[in-house]
Amino acid sequence: MDLLRSIGITEIVFQLMLVNAILGLSIYLTLYTGMFSLANAGFMAIGAYVGVVLTQNYDLPLWAALIGGMIAAGIVAVPIGLPVLRLRDIYLAIATIGFGEVVRILILNFDTLASSISGESVQLTRGALGITGIPKITETWQLLLFLVVTVYILVRLHRSRFGRAMAAIRQDEQAAATMGINVVYIKNTVFIFSAILAASAGVLKAHLTRTISPGDYGFDQVVNILAFAVLGGTSTWLGPIVGGFVLTALPEILREFKQYRGIVNGVILLVVIVYLPGGLVNINGWKRLWRRIRGQPSVIERIQQNTRSG
Amino acid sequence: MLELKKVSRLFGGLQALHQVDMRVPEGRIVGLIGPNGAGKTTLINNISGLDHPTSGTIHFEGREIHNLPPHRITGLGIARTYQNIRLFGEMTVLENLLISQHGRGRATVFDSLVFTPRFRAEERRLKNVALQLLERFQLGGMAHLLAGNLPYGDQRRLEMARALATGPKLLLLDEPTAGMNPIETEQLGQQILRLRDEQLTVLVIEHDMSLIHQVCDEIYVLNFGQIIAHGAPDVIKHNPQVIEAYLGQEEDTELESERERS
Amino acid sequence: MNITQQIVNAIWLGGVYSLFALGYALVFSVLGVLNLAHSAVFMWGAFIGLVAVTQLNVSVWAAIPLAMVVSGVISIVLDVLAFAPLRRRNAPRISQLISSIGAAILLVNIAQLIFGTQPQRFPLGSIPSDPLEGLPIRITPIQIIILLVAITLMAVLQYLVVRTRAGQAMRAVAFNQRVASLLGINSGNVFRMTFFLAGALAGAAGVLFGLAYNTITPFMGDSVALKGLTVIVLGGLGNIQGAVVGGFVVAALEVFSIAAGGSNYREAFVFTLLFLILLFRPQGLVGQAAETRA
Repeated sequence: MDLLRSIGITEIVFQLMLVNAILGLSIYLTLYTGMFSLANAGFMAIGAYVGVVLTQNYDLPLWAALIGGMIAAGIVAVPIGLPVLRLRDIYLAIATIGFGEVVRILILNFDTLASSISGESVQLTRGALGITGIPKITETWQLLLFLVVTVYILVRLHRSRFGRAMAAIRQDEQAAATMGINVVYIKNTVFIFSAILAASAGVLKAHLTRTISPGDYGFDQVVNILAFAVLGGTSTWLGPIVGGFVLTALPEILREFKQYRGIVNGVILLVVIVYLPGGLVNINGWKRLWRRIRGQPSVIERIQQNTRSG
Repeated sequence: MLELKKVSRLFGGLQALHQVDMRVPEGRIVGLIGPNGAGKTTLINNISGLDHPTSGTIHFEGREIHNLPPHRITGLGIARTYQNIRLFGEMTVLENLLISQHGRGRATVFDSLVFTPRFRAEERRLKNVALQLLERFQLGGMAHLLAGNLPYGDQRRLEMARALATGPKLLLLDEPTAGMNPIETEQLGQQILRLRDEQLTVLVIEHDMSLIHQVCDEIYVLNFGQIIAHGAPDVIKHNPQVIEAYLGQEEDTELESERERS
Repeated sequence: MNITQQIVNAIWLGGVYSLFALGYALVFSVLGVLNLAHSAVFMWGAFIGLVAVTQLNVSVWAAIPLAMVVSGVISIVLDVLAFAPLRRRNAPRISQLISSIGAAILLVNIAQLIFGTQPQRFPLGSIPSDPLEGLPIRITPIQIIILLVAITLMAVLQYLVVRTRAGQAMRAVAFNQRVASLLGINSGNVFRMTFFLAGALAGAAGVLFGLAYNTITPFMGDSVALKGLTVIVLGGLGNIQGAVVGGFVVAALEVFSIAAGGSNYREAFVFTLLFLILLFRPQGLVGQAAETRA
């Protein structure tokens, strides 16, 4: 532990690493199913705000807030997913970005909106300043437990009929449908699970960082979550966890170079997507990279070159 | 068993199918031939639910199916293969066959979480079916290879095994011998005849006339989206309209492959 | 505020939005990728314009073309670093979207390192800012200049794309890269030219935007980035004329929602519109109903 602390991994950093791993897993679910959804920050915001209102205004314990936040996000995900998941790749990405922005703006203006509707002064989300003074009640063991349970569910999911269908949809949606898979059902269910997982991370993180504001859940947050999954890779559940850990810990370890933090993040994202497309947790990707460094084209690349010149 | 009545499909201004009437009786092997671009694949897509007719009806065992989504149609007992092999290439051969039994399983994610007996029994059952199919299609021993890394001929046979794994009553084969040599084609013909012996009904789209003559009981000829002839293989062979339709074939090849890519 | 005033406001703001979104749409139409680093180039354009005026002491008139050229070059570098390697590998469009996000982060952070995070301004008097007198509505010269520059650039682009050989090559590649290469078109050159044009337009939009609001920060691209998305979706992704129409529609929507007293919700209106368009008219407002839902 002392060693970790000496390189900058304090308890709060470790806790944030765990939270970000959960966020990485939430986008992993949809990516694994071939859906390029960027709604995670929006669902995270829903979870965080519902959770904090439950602990602050209704004095509920953290576990109840967690469940409340997850249910709220799950309920919102149903009417969003049904129409939106008919869209594909870039169209889906843009639509879900739009959704995230609408959520953020609604939270920003919730109090004025609610006040004008109910006719009395409502102070719940507190606008752009957000909610402050949230007690820090999320503990490391809870985060660890939550992550372990999530991973267990994922592992069993992959070994189930449902999990196989997810992978099939990613590879060829039409072929999957003609193999008897209800594509609409699977996609929507995964979308809801992804929303619930993002919301849980939102609740847990809000009770770590002690303040939340709408600005925390904008496009930047989506990009961060996406970066966790892309850096780690989405071929297994381990990828997003590693990605979340690395991207959270690295800036702390490199804190002497604080002003270059953003540049490093950008370079990492670029280099990984260009040179290591399967992410850090992907043996084939490393092998390919190694061959490239040593200047030997892989078999596949050789074939591609031959067909191109021929 | 399968009955199409006045099925038409318009893409924008293009009439891909026009008033197609067709019957596939139970237990028969029916061939569908026609030059490239005639609308054969569009027809198969409409039967399997990937596409829906602009007008007309499709009935399967007396049920209206032309508005159903593909997985429901598969569930009713219609399976298909693809002309341009569409295996799940990143998965193993075995996983490909497990996935196509999706509709035959009942276990939920929860069953998987706590290892219920139902889950374990079902996984065993699905795996057994898969292994039997592998043996039958000479793919034994390849269960754990990635489907995308198989040689072409093996991929073709796996494509067919995968369709069979859905447990169909009617099998739609979209050019199953594309890219095969005469010996492989002949062997595949034997496989198809064996399917009929097992009470399966087959609709096969083909270019290879030798296969059509080897297996088909009756043939439909499609040209420019319309059925221009129907009858026994020997009769069709000498139909002047059919011969004429096939003469202009070569020029259209480019167009068809271009359309399929887009 | 009267309605004429609102229309005037919507028109000049629409000019800037259109100019910005044109580059977005251009890259999408030719390459089929969404370049989320476009807004970072826009921001760089503003800074280059600013540096040209404050450090090099050139006039705003010289600063705009200078910013356009430099932004165009930045945009080409972007292509070389973030897009070309993926194109060569035939990577999915989504990978290119992600790499463009990486590039955007990089560009914004480099700007932050060089220029700091404090808002910066064009020096007073670098452009006349007093409202024109004798008019029933409030118009500043800068607004007229912005509109004129924007319209001129759009006309030039339209000419380039429709009338010149280079434009023909671009349209050929956009239609079908394989066919274009059969016709002897060097698609690599076309891609670089597309990125240069897109970058130049973004740079011009950046300078104009910086002049209009007179606050230039490394983060000024953020709000425009997402708004620009709405603009090109409205116009139909990759539809160049559509982007112009979309720019004016979004600007009008914003201006009028502020006037209607909903200034806090103006972005909510914009993004709700984005959402609805994608669901019900993915081909955009002006597009033909086609298989846009790829």
